[in-house]
Amino acid sequence: MALHTQQLPPGAPGDAGDVPRAKTNAFSVLLHRSPRLRLAALLTAPAGWLVLVYIAALAALLITAFWTVDTFTGEVSTVWTTENIVTVLTDPVYQRITLRTLWIAVAVTVIDMILALPIAFFIAKVAPARWEKLLVVAVLMPLWASYLVKAYAWRNVLSEGGLLEWLGAPIGLSSPGYGETAVILTLSYIWLPYMILPIYAGFDRVPDSLLEASGDLGAKPLTTMRLVMLPLLVPSIIAGTIFTFSLSLGDYITAQIVGGTTQMLGTVIYANVGAANNLPFAAAVSLVPIAIIMFYLFVVRRTGALNSL
Amino acid sequence: MRLSRSAKVVLGIVTALVFLFIYTPLLLVVVNSFNADRTFGWPPKGFTLEWWGKAFDSPGVRDAVVSSLWVAVVSTIISLVLGTLLAISLQRYEFFGRDVINLLVILPIALPGVVTGIALNNMFTTILGVPLSLWTVVIAHATFCMVTVFNNAIARLRRTSAGLEEASADLGAGVFTTFGLVTFPQLRSALLAGGLLAFALSFDEIIVTTFTIGAGETTLPIWILQNLFRPNQAPVVNVVAVVLIVVSIVPIWLAQRLSGDSVRVSGARV
Repeated sequence: MALHTQQLPPGAPGDAGDVPRAKTNAFSVLLHRSPRLRLAALLTAPAGWLVLVYIAALAALLITAFWTVDTFTGEVSTVWTTENIVTVLTDPVYQRITLRTLWIAVAVTVIDMILALPIAFFIAKVAPARWEKLLVVAVLMPLWASYLVKAYAWRNVLSEGGLLEWLGAPIGLSSPGYGETAVILTLSYIWLPYMILPIYAGFDRVPDSLLEASGDLGAKPLTTMRLVMLPLLVPSIIAGTIFTFSLSLGDYITAQIVGGTTQMLGTVIYANVGAANNLPFAAAVSLVPIAIIMFYLFVVRRTGALNSL
Repeated sequence: MRLSRSAKVVLGIVTALVFLFIYTPLLLVVVNSFNADRTFGWPPKGFTLEWWGKAFDSPGVRDAVVSSLWVAVVSTIISLVLGTLLAISLQRYEFFGRDVINLLVILPIALPGVVTGIALNNMFTTILGVPLSLWTVVIAHATFCMVTVFNNAIARLRRTSAGLEEASADLGAGVFTTFGLVTFPQLRSALLAGGLLAFALSFDEIIVTTFTIGAGETTLPIWILQNLFRPNQAPVVNVVAVVLIVVSIVPIWLAQRLSGDSVRVSGARV
């Protein structure tokens, strides 16, 4: 940014003309004098919004999990009970659903990581510079196609007489049909860009000179990758996993579209808010993904991943 | 590090395969929007423009698009203001509780949408007794869109020095003049990128929306979900999807051109 350093004789015409003059008003002066007041003015609205809307809602959710539903009126009644939480934690049905959801989220995350690493590396470090932007746009674009339509496209791909069967028939493969495998496949597909982009950004931030230095010192490409690149990439990879893991953990719509009868935690929450009309129980179920994500964030907070989000 | 030619070729092939995996289902949507067969078997059996005509004549689609645009625009404006304020206060000031707020900020995108959805639904309906409407959707969307804007803005602020702002103040500029002439111009492209992504997130959001929308209101994703399994409407849904994909190329390209290195997809610095 160019600063005007040109000296003008005092009183010369136009010496106050180029640079816009600060308008002094009392409020601005007050803010200037007091950094605390400035901070308060900046922070009140957004922090207030976060706390009053979001944190308050989460706290209310926690409280609601200890309430119950009046079976006659269907209204939430504020009678305290730990029954909901106990059911979620001890009933084998919900234990199975929790484990299945966790398994799906982990599988999706691992698949996306395996797919994203080579492609992100290729875009950031191998592809010619003029391709780079184009490839990034190509990764970004599917994010804008509706989530629902992508899930629905997979429903078609996986259907009887669909594309996958047609492709697989000559080599004796058949479609896995609708179920857990279909959910994992579809979720991996939908969330893949969320893994590619942070990892690409991570690769992009690693200076080429560092890699050259490593090569000049005699390291083979694989050694450079393991000892130089990977440690610098860890925050970006973890940032990617937060997205894919969390997005999969709460999903229920993909499960509805390609999951057949597959139940996930999200399915149970959705059913209890809607059809079953048992908000306290839904609240209790939702504490499970909250606890899992909080635990994950707590474990990774020191890696710097949260700044790479 | 010098990769051998064969390693580069292998990486290129893997990348091409992943792109094939990414784009095949999208292409299938395009093909099916012209597919005369409503069951979408493969290979397609006939070509038709019927669905395209129906999509443009459908008042349901039009109303849903209008609602979605309204929600996305209002949420984006709110999140731009709040996200910028938050980024400046967390990046340029030291204060007690900063780390806590830093962690709180990412919760709306780190926690699954179903959690955000049920938490807000519970607060509106059970605790506050506020009837659900498009406004409750806006409040919900602004909460997580704010994070997208915040992430883009704070990444830019980290790379710009507070020294320029101090210099501006030393030269006699007031607080607002400094923001308008020094801070904002540096942030502008990051805010544009963050705002576009916030808009996109809101426009396509389905899970939180399902939990916070009033009865009788329809955004485009809600309309799509309602019509996905109707044999007569499913082909029209494909048409809507194709239009969305094509229309989306413009803002993505813009965001890339204007902001260079700082586009984040709710986080990813691109």
